[in-house]
Order: sequence, then structure tokens, then C-alpha cells
Amino acid sequence: MYNFDVERPGTVADAAAAMGREDAQALGGGQTLIPTLKQRLASPSVLVSLTGIAEMAGVCTTDDGQVAIGGATTHGAVARDAASLYPGLAGLASHIGDPAVRNRGTIGGSLANNDPSACYPAAALGSGATIITNTRSIAADDYFQGMFTTALEEGEIITEVRFPVPEVSDYQKFVQPASRFALVGVFVAKYAGGVRVAVTGASNDGVFRWSEAEAALSSDFSADAVKGLSLSGDNMISDLHGTGAYRAHLVGVMTGRAVTNAA
Amino acid sequence: MPKDSGIGASTKRREDVRFLTGAGNYTDDINIRGQAHVYFLRSDVAHGTLDNVDTSAAEGMPGVVKIFTGADFEAVGGMPCGWQVTDKHGEPMQEPKHPVLAHGKVRHVGEPIAAVVADTLAQARDAAEAIVVDISDLPAVIDMKAAVSDGATKVHDDLTSNLCYDWGFVEENKAATDEAFDKAAHVTTLELVNNRLVANPMEPRVAVGDYARGTGDHTLYTTSQNPHVIRLLMGAFVLGIPEHKLRVVAPDVGGGFGTKIFHYQEEAFCTFAAKACNRPVKWTSSRTEAFMSDAHGRDHVTRIELALDAENNFTALRTETYANMGAYLSTFAPSVPTWLHGTLMAGNYKTPLIYVNVKAVFTNTVPVDAYRGAGRPEATFQLERVIDKAARELKVDPIALRRQNFVTEFPYATPVAVEYDTGDYVATMDKLEEIADLSGFDARRKASEARGMLRGLGVNCYIEACGIAPSNLVGQLGARAGLYESATVRVNATGGLVVMTGSHSHGQGHETAFPQVIADMIGIDESMIEVVHGDTANTPMGMGTYGSRSLAVGGSAMVRATEKIIAKAKKIAGHILEASDEDIELKDGTFSVAGTDKSLAWGDVTLAAYVPHNYPLEDLEPGLEETAFYDPSNFTYPAGAYACEVEVDPETGKVTIEAFTAVDDFGNVVNPMIVTGQVHGGLAQGIGQALLENCAYDENGQLLSASYMDYAMPRADDLPFYQVDHSCQTPCTHNPLGVKGCGEAGAIGSPPSVVNAVVDALQSAGKDVTHIDMPLSPARVWAAMQ
Repeated sequence: MYNFDVERPGTVADAAAAMGREDAQALGGGQTLIPTLKQRLASPSVLVSLTGIAEMAGVCTTDDGQVAIGGATTHGAVARDAASLYPGLAGLASHIGDPAVRNRGTIGGSLANNDPSACYPAAALGSGATIITNTRSIAADDYFQGMFTTALEEGEIITEVRFPVPEVSDYQKFVQPASRFALVGVFVAKYAGGVRVAVTGASNDGVFRWSEAEAALSSDFSADAVKGLSLSGDNMISDLHGTGAYRAHLVGVMTGRAVTNAA
Repeated sequence: MPKDSGIGASTKRREDVRFLTGAGNYTDDINIRGQAHVYFLRSDVAHGTLDNVDTSAAEGMPGVVKIFTGADFEAVGGMPCGWQVTDKHGEPMQEPKHPVLAHGKVRHVGEPIAAVVADTLAQARDAAEAIVVDISDLPAVIDMKAAVSDGATKVHDDLTSNLCYDWGFVEENKAATDEAFDKAAHVTTLELVNNRLVANPMEPRVAVGDYARGTGDHTLYTTSQNPHVIRLLMGAFVLGIPEHKLRVVAPDVGGGFGTKIFHYQEEAFCTFAAKACNRPVKWTSSRTEAFMSDAHGRDHVTRIELALDAENNFTALRTETYANMGAYLSTFAPSVPTWLHGTLMAGNYKTPLIYVNVKAVFTNTVPVDAYRGAGRPEATFQLERVIDKAARELKVDPIALRRQNFVTEFPYATPVAVEYDTGDYVATMDKLEEIADLSGFDARRKASEARGMLRGLGVNCYIEACGIAPSNLVGQLGARAGLYESATVRVNATGGLVVMTGSHSHGQGHETAFPQVIADMIGIDESMIEVVHGDTANTPMGMGTYGSRSLAVGGSAMVRATEKIIAKAKKIAGHILEASDEDIELKDGTFSVAGTDKSLAWGDVTLAAYVPHNYPLEDLEPGLEETAFYDPSNFTYPAGAYACEVEVDPETGKVTIEAFTAVDDFGNVVNPMIVTGQVHGGLAQGIGQALLENCAYDENGQLLSASYMDYAMPRADDLPFYQVDHSCQTPCTHNPLGVKGCGEAGAIGSPPSVVNAVVDALQSAGKDVTHIDMPLSPARVWAAMQ
């Protein structure tokens, strides 16, 4: 690590002010950022820790029935506290990383980082969630803009994420054998207005919606409905752990399994 | 009845108390007053000329003590290689210089270019970032076959090519072997890769160099499996320090698996720099550094052919292997694909003619050397895979084909220069079939299929040569060291014993198992016996621990020393009891005169040894301390039969191990619990190789699997509950304990059964898959099914 200052604000307003310092970097649970710093791959002058902000932690239900999760809420807390409110989301959170990761990592940190193999982006996009920051609200469909790229402006802080609760949902993750991040992860959510399918881990463009599957599942919510569908592997990630064609194939398999498990 | 102490008892490991309660003393726990820290600036280029290393901006940075580059080491020797292989033309291998710090060229990613010694590690690292390195890139030599083709870029300009040696074994058998292939009724051919691995001991390597200005004594604390070997290699060949002025200490070591056998640049550097800086100098490897500086394992590409007659008897075996040496020769690298590999190609079978060809190749990768099993896993894998393929081609039962060709009479001289002393391969296979319930497999397969899964059964045998080994033999084979072991047994006045052994424990449990042996020999409690190891200042010359040799060789030295102790103690007892020492019996810790009621307790005799008030000094020296060196007459030959059952998800290619049974013949067993644990660990590493672990380079020589994000280590939930059995025991005939060694068996014996099982599963679904290269990742299995 290089030297840096640490700010530990107690309110969103103080955090936003601290983020105005030169080369400031928000710190959630640090599950990506701290290893990056240890490898000297980043050199912020100040880390603004968001985990001590009470108004950014916790799970509740909004007046319009959405599940609202504070940006600094850990995966472990979501797994526990959202279990009855949104089982599909809680199930996803309960399989992120290992217990140490789940007790430190936060939903805001994960969504702000937008790792192409992270789980949460699939839930947010697959639920049509709203990302709420200290300055505005962003629809998930507008928020994810490619690998490690989001609609967040410099210094903007995710304070809350609101999830419309589907009738049924499920997340199926096929893990990369080493990191156990998603080699392919598929989140399927069935709403009254239709089915959403979001895929993580697979694409060079980061998390995406599989619109063909959404259309098929909206008229017939069964694994059979997606059996005949196929994705092209051309723009899929191809690496040591699998070719683009393999990932494209897995998207179909995992989508079918998610539907079966959800139904 | 299981015993509760002594040989055969599952005594709990006394060392685990300190390991599990944070009371171990590892090298990184050693901090010497005034110590400085070193950070190595390592090459991020696989191959290039080192045009300039400018340290001027870094020299004056805060905390910097001194900065070293390759030029500082021109006056000292290079890293030595401990084994010389002679090629098939009778010529010695090509042996390149191996500098402590890169000089002139860089030859692999991770090679140290400069070393910054500073007050703190962070300061050293800051200064290292200010060093300006100019490297002109050269084409990276990565693929072994391309490396030895005409016109290939040379890794070492002063060598004639990238071929280290072209070894034929046994060269005199080649013509007869070729003839047998011409006459064969059936020939099965298989081309395969034995994947490159990174050992990944839990504790990364650490070195602390210390220099006493007053006396001129050097001390190196290091994570080593063999501190005496490091003292010899570093003192004699690198730094020119005589052994009496150099102490090497390897305290608690957190796993070795072979990769801590070797002498590394960082050890030589810290020892050298401690004197140059007149301060202790410490280096602790980061995990990232470990991936690109610890010697890697395996990395063979092999074509194997098996010839059979019309009755399915094996008539000949022929192999051609390309073995990756990496950029330099690590300490024992040349021996691994040759004498630890070619000599094992007979396996458990009476194949009369065998010819093994190995081409060792330099590439721009991390040096490759011994890793758990070392050469023997590579031999076992290709042999047991080709037999399985032959059985499928001939449509015969793979177990029956093996049984038909087993060696059944011992001693058995193989056509590859070794003689198996004992074994019973029929018994281990019988036991395997019984406890793995192979007769119930079909029903289990149906149950899996009902759940949409493919189930496969893979079986294999293995043999290994352990207890490495007879000095006269390995000397003929090119070893530049002896491979005996030593022990000093010191009995204290009040009856307790200290065993100072040249073996080194880095997880094996010597501190528990060695006392079990002596406790039985004397008839005293295990708790009266302490094992001291890992410090050249207080143990006799030792060759260390690798090749499953500790108990077979080091334990035998301890037995010999204890026999001397008992003989002398009987003389003392005879003197006190006024009887001839030939009439003295030792039983349950009591000396008695045969046929009388006169006796003395062990403690009375040990006290008398140190209080010689009434002593026949002309016949008997005071004291009770003996040393023995033990050099065996042969290797030991553990063998076994393994079975693996897998399920393959036909939609994803994911392989799950449903059952794994290991039946091993280790000869006599001192501590069954420790042996079981050793087998478990070996299986985890073998299954890790088969399913998960893959050290991969891209064509530019960049390490693709350089962290745990991409290098898949086996985790608990990747592994099944093992069935382990070592009740089949044919004791070794040539060491006093009748033991064979158990440390490597699991890693040697398990990869082929895993792959055999997956191939079996895929073929059960009608897939025309005859082989998949390890690791059998989901992506590879799925691709094979398409």
C-alpha cells in the first residue's frame, strides 16, 4: 500500500463532503479495494469509509412495497434480513464469496465496482432496481455501462438500492473454479408485467439482460421455454476458465435451472 | 486391539498443539534486533536483454540501506544444480549459469533484477519503484516443442540450443523395444500433458540472513526442507563460506511439498547482504512472488505407446516426453523427468521391454523441479492412462487387464534398472474391490443416471520408489550429493532422550512418530523422548526430508543410533549388576540379568552414565550419546490400488467426486493416524491436479494463473470423504523398521483414477472421448463432449 488518509464520516452529507477531497476514494467493505491497494494498483490520497454511516445500513420495506437496502449493508445482513422479504435476493447474497467476504462486503461497494463477474449486478438489473445516490435515482437499466463502468459520477455515493419484489425469482451461479466468482450467473425474476433475466460473468460488456429469454419466459415461465434459445459466444468473455461459446452455453443452462428453481 | 503407544499406535500429534494455538515458531516469526528488509524488483518481462538498471534515483530515498544488482554478484558463484544427467550420447547435460540477481538478460517473469535493502519493507518497495530498468524484449520461448525446433530463440545464448539433454533409458533396450512393437498384436497410443503446478505451501518462503561481525559467523534462517543441504550448496558453491562459519536454521516450516527443498536466490541474497550491510536482512515472500519464484512442478508433454500380444500381455512400452526445466536448472530439476520418472515406468507390471526418451527443455518460465511425487506421478499417470485406454480398445475389463500383467514374484528386477523388494499387488487390488464396493457400481450408476448425471468409475495402480536413497546408486545416476540420513541420540542423566535428526519435519509429524519407535525399543514412555531437527548447529549432517524418506532413512538412522545406546547401556548395567553385558536383557525400561532377580531401572543406568563414580574407565566412557549414519541398500517401493467414482453433469461438464478409495501398501506403519492424514493430503493434491490446478503461461510468457483468482486450489468441498486403507503390508526387507514411506502416495496414485473415471462416465453416455488433459475443468469436459 501507499500512504493515504482515512475519513470516517457518520452521515451521507459528511461523506459527500469528504469525497470532494482530491483523489478521494469511497471505501465500502473493501473486499476489492483493499487487495487492490495492497498490490499498489491504486493510490488514492484519502479513503472515505462508508460503513460507519447508520442511515446507509439495513434492510426495510418502502411504502410502495419495494425492498430497500442501504448502500453500506453487508451481504451477510442482506442474506439474513431480506430472507423473507425477497428470498431470491437473499439467496444470492448468501452465496457471495465466503463468510468473511459476506460480513465485510457491501451492496453499494459491489454495485459501484461493477465487476463483470460479481453477483449483485445481476440481481439489480434482473429486478429492475433503482440505484439511489446522494444526488439522484438511477434505473438499473441505465446504471450498468460495461465492465467496471457505471453511471456514477465522480464522488457520487450509492446510499440505497430499491428492489421491486417479484412473484418468484432465483439466481443460479456457475462458479469459476479458482475465484468462485460467477463464471456465469443468471438472475431470473417473474413480475406481473413480465419476466426479467439478467446475466453476469459472461459478457465482455458486463451484466446484461437476455431479452430473448425474457420474451419466451414472459409467455411461458418454464425451463422448456428457453431450451431452444441460444446466445452467441462472440462477445462473451474467453479466458483460462472457459471460452465464449462455453459461457454462452452455460447462460442457457443456468437460466433454465433458475426458472425451474423459482417456479 | 489397537495399541495406545509405541509402534502401531495412533498417538496424537504433539506438535499440533503449538501449531494450532499460534505458538509455532516459523521463520517469519524470527525478528532480529536491527534487521533491515529486502524487496526484490522482479522482471515483468519473460525474455529480454537487461540494457540498464539505474538505481541512482532510488539510492537516496528514505530508509534505503543499500541497493544490489546483478553486478554485485559477479564475484560469487551462481545457483548450483545438484544433479547431472548424461544424455543418450554419453554427453553431460547443458547447464546454464544461474545468477543470484539477473545479469545481462532476464529469462522469466519474476526473476529478481535488483534488491533494495531498507529499514522497512514499505521503504524498500518505494525505492524499488524508483529504479529504472531498461529491457529490450526478446521473443519468449514458451512452447517446448517450438523451443527445440531449428532456429528457435535461445534462452541461454552460450548454450548450443534450448535442449538441456536428450535422455534415453535404457538405451540398450531401444532396438529390442522397437522390434517388440513391430511384432505386437495391438498397440495403444496416447498423447497427454502432465499439467504444470504451483506447490502453494500455506507458509510462503522466508529468509533471514544474520552476520556476527565479531566472529565472522553467518546464520541463515530459512523455510527449508533440508537446512544442511542449503548450508552445503550455498556455502560451497555460491558464497564461499565454509560450513563451520555458516549455520542454517529451518524452524517450524508450514508445508514444503518439494518446493522448499531447493536452494533459492533469496537465501543466498539475505546471507550475502547481511554481511555487506552489517545488518540482519529479512525477506518474506508475498503470495504473488511465490507464484513466480517458487519452483513449479510437473509440466511434461508425453506420447506413450503400449504393445500387447494376442493374449493381452504387455510386451513393450515406449515413451517420448518433453520435460520443461523452465529458464534455469533448479537444484534437483534434471533428476525429476529422468531417474525419478524413467525408473518407474514398469509400474506394477511385468512388461519385459521399456524404452523411455526424455527431452528436457529450457523455456522462459519459472524453473520446474520436484513437487510431491516428483517424476513418479508423471510416470504413473501416463502408464495407468494408457492401460485404461488399451482395455477400452480391446474391450476387456481394465482391472482384469491389470491383474493379468501384475508382477507377482519378488524380488523383481524391472527392465528400468530398479529391483522391487516386496509387494503384493493382487492383495491391494482385492482389498480395493472389496472396500470400494466395485460390485455395487452399476446400481450406483443407474441411480446417478436417474438424476440426469453421468457416473464413471476409474481404477488405477501405482508404484513409487521412495526412501531416497542409496548413495552408491544415486551417485551412479548423477547425484552430486549422498542421500543417507543421520541421527544422534542423546540420553540425559535422568533418562530422557533427545533425538537430533537430519530429517526435517514441515508437517509430517516426526516429533510424534519418531518417539513412538524409540519408546518401543527401550520400553519407556513416548513423552520422555524429544525430537530436535532443522538446525545445522545442533543436529548431525542431514540430507533432509523429501521423497517419502524420513522414516525409512532418517528413522532407520535413529534406530541404529538407539541400538548403539542400548548396547552401551547394557554395558553400564552389566558393570553395576556385576554381570556380563551379554546376559543383560532390556524389557519395559528395565535391565535385568537373565535368569536372576537382579535388575536396574532405565533411569538408574542413565544416571550412572553421567555419574561415573565407580566406572571401569578403561572399558567404558562416561556419557550416553550415539550417532549413526544410515545409507540404505535400495529404494523402498510403496504401491497401491485406487478407485474413483465421479459424477459428470452432462449440461455443464462439472465433475464431482462421489467416492474415492485408496488402498496402500506402505509396509509397516508406525502411526496409522498420521499415515492416513498423509494420504488424505496427497489425495487432495492429486485430485487438485486432476480437476483444478493449472499453471498457465500465455505466448508472451506472462503467467496467467498468478494468484488464487485464477489458480484453483482444491477446497474441502471439492473433495469427497476418502476411504483409506493400509492394512495390506509387505514390509520393506532392507531397512530395520520395514517401512516404505507414505508422503507422496496420494498425489502419485490419484490423478489417473480421476481421469479414468471421467472418461468412463462420458463413454457411458456414448461420447467418443478417449482422453482429456488435466485439469478436467468443467469447460474442458464440456468441450470434450461436444
